[in-house]
Amino acid sequence: MLLEQLINGITLGSIYAIVALGFTLVFGVLGIINMAHGEIFMFGAFIGVIITSTLGLPLWIAFLAAIIVTGILGYMLERVALRPLRGKQGVSHLAPLISTIGASILLENLSHHLFGAGNHPFRNAFAEISFQIGSITIYLVQILIFVISVILMIVLSYWLLKTKAGKALRATAENIETASILGVNTKRIIILTVVIASAMGGIAGILVGMAFNSVNPQMGLSMGLKGLAIIILGGMGNVRGAMAGGLILGLSETLIVAYGDSGYRDAVAFITIIVILLLRPQGLFGQKTTAAGR
Amino acid sequence: MRKLFKKPFLSISILMLVLLSACSGKSSETTGEGTSSKEGDVINAKIGVISYITGPGAAYGEAITNGFKLAQKEINDKGEVNINLVIEDSAGKQEEALSAAQKLMSDDSIVALLGPTLSTEMNVVGPEAELNGIPIMGTSTTAEGIPQIGEYVFRNSLPEALAIPTSIKKAVEKNSVKKVAILYGNDDVFTKSGFDTMKKVAEDMGLEIVTIETFQKGQSDYNAQLTKIKGLEPDLILCSALYNEGAVIMDQARKMGVDVPFVGGNGFNSPQVIEIAGKAADGLIVATPWFGDKENPKVQAFNEKYEAEYKMKPDQFAAQAYDALYIMAEALKNAGEADRDKLKEALLEIKDLEGILGKFSFDKDGDVVMDPTVLIIKDGKFKVFE
Repeated sequence: MLLEQLINGITLGSIYAIVALGFTLVFGVLGIINMAHGEIFMFGAFIGVIITSTLGLPLWIAFLAAIIVTGILGYMLERVALRPLRGKQGVSHLAPLISTIGASILLENLSHHLFGAGNHPFRNAFAEISFQIGSITIYLVQILIFVISVILMIVLSYWLLKTKAGKALRATAENIETASILGVNTKRIIILTVVIASAMGGIAGILVGMAFNSVNPQMGLSMGLKGLAIIILGGMGNVRGAMAGGLILGLSETLIVAYGDSGYRDAVAFITIIVILLLRPQGLFGQKTTAAGR
Repeated sequence: MRKLFKKPFLSISILMLVLLSACSGKSSETTGEGTSSKEGDVINAKIGVISYITGPGAAYGEAITNGFKLAQKEINDKGEVNINLVIEDSAGKQEEALSAAQKLMSDDSIVALLGPTLSTEMNVVGPEAELNGIPIMGTSTTAEGIPQIGEYVFRNSLPEALAIPTSIKKAVEKNSVKKVAILYGNDDVFTKSGFDTMKKVAEDMGLEIVTIETFQKGQSDYNAQLTKIKGLEPDLILCSALYNEGAVIMDQARKMGVDVPFVGGNGFNSPQVIEIAGKAADGLIVATPWFGDKENPKVQAFNEKYEAEYKMKPDQFAAQAYDALYIMAEALKNAGEADRDKLKEALLEIKDLEGILGKFSFDKDGDVVMDPTVLIIKDGKFKVFE
């Protein structure tokens, strides 16, 4: 029972973590909270449903298609909702936040029209593979989700710290003007960041579809809000923080249901976050001075 | 030059966007022509519809308005009563339902209201209709106490308080159940009221309730609750959920190895459950006024017409809406003219009206009197539970 609940919690937490990674990447570089991230995630899930259930194509194509489509959505988001507001005089620092909220509403309504309001099942042979240990059933998908989230975190950390593109990205995060004077193509870096973050959202979408067998146009909103809470918990713009925060939220939500009252699930989870933030206002892995340090 | 061109272009496109969104925000659509006066023998009546057309529950509003439109076409073709529908969106929100209702009520030519979709919405719209003296009939409001709001408030949807005990009793008898677990959505009046009924019935029958778990609308992960339920080994799970959540719950439960039957309320009863959950839907027991596979020529005719028109199978929401408009038409015919008070009196006198749901009557409060059928899903199909 405990083991099963721990597996449930880690699965949920890993999904939260992948969603939060996308959030934290965009925040770290652009200093913008991308409210449309949850909806891009939802689109990824729908692409997965269409490719595997409707068209009957194999899973890897679904991943590829979701990455491409959400990547394109991310690019469009940057071009339409973020770039026109950047570097202009008199634009409030809240403007990009509002424009991403607009994009999220647009995407949610769009998916209503394209896919309908109801839940879509995610039927896939891969999602059915399971092991039986005693009375416990573990699905391969659950393990896959955890593994993918860890891999994404490691690759992202490595990429940011060790590669040239990652260094350029961090330089851009530090100061756009200086980075651009020093020869960094900041425009490209920003596009790259938003596209990568969105593609990660798309991957998370498919994983959620497989794990919970439920895809609907509303799933983006609650996931988006949880993702936001996690990056605040983990420290804004921090990769390890997003991972740890996701797991903490997922596990605490699950354990509250297991040993307490499921009615207080969200309440207790968020009270935990408040308490942690009271003790460490900068978040678990955040640095005190700069907001975007890593 | 380019800049000069760009600016007006931008402002025009923004203006267009604003206009577009203004159009789609409050959609109100009128179908049919004519006014609410008496021309010869035909009674002309305008009926307002408040439905959940946009938002998470838009699927219900869609089924309901489809049912209305299909019935409207048939009734108008018959030529005794000519009905115009004025359809307003409530988006599933109390305040929007209320403002839609106020807009419709202020139009004196509108003789009655149908809807709103949710019991939560009816709780605010009902008293307002009572105040204005306009008959209002819910076609999908099944929470307790709806017709008791006032004399002008009716419903033709089978209340949970009637449906749930029937299905639980049958399930308990057939499976010799002793322990039950309850799972319900705690953020919706409808599922909450279903839960209250379930708990009361379980207690009255002397069943042991091993646990009570909750979830919220639109949740996608129910594994934690289900794992807990699995550990307590109930013989039966009482689940007060709407089909969207319910189907996913069953799917996750079956995957986990929970294979006991489920008893659901009205909102769980939809062919969509089978579509979403597939094989996992087997073992769901519901009591329903609507059974699509009933061997009744009226029901089959409705199925065919509905599928031809909307390319999908009708669910109980479409069926209840369809019957509701027939009830209205019958009452209008008996009332002799499109008058709010006369219509109310005529509605109360409706007795044993044969519809696709069965024989229908109102009791003194304006609530439903009819016998539900208990169904179970077996091999991916709803069958009569014997």
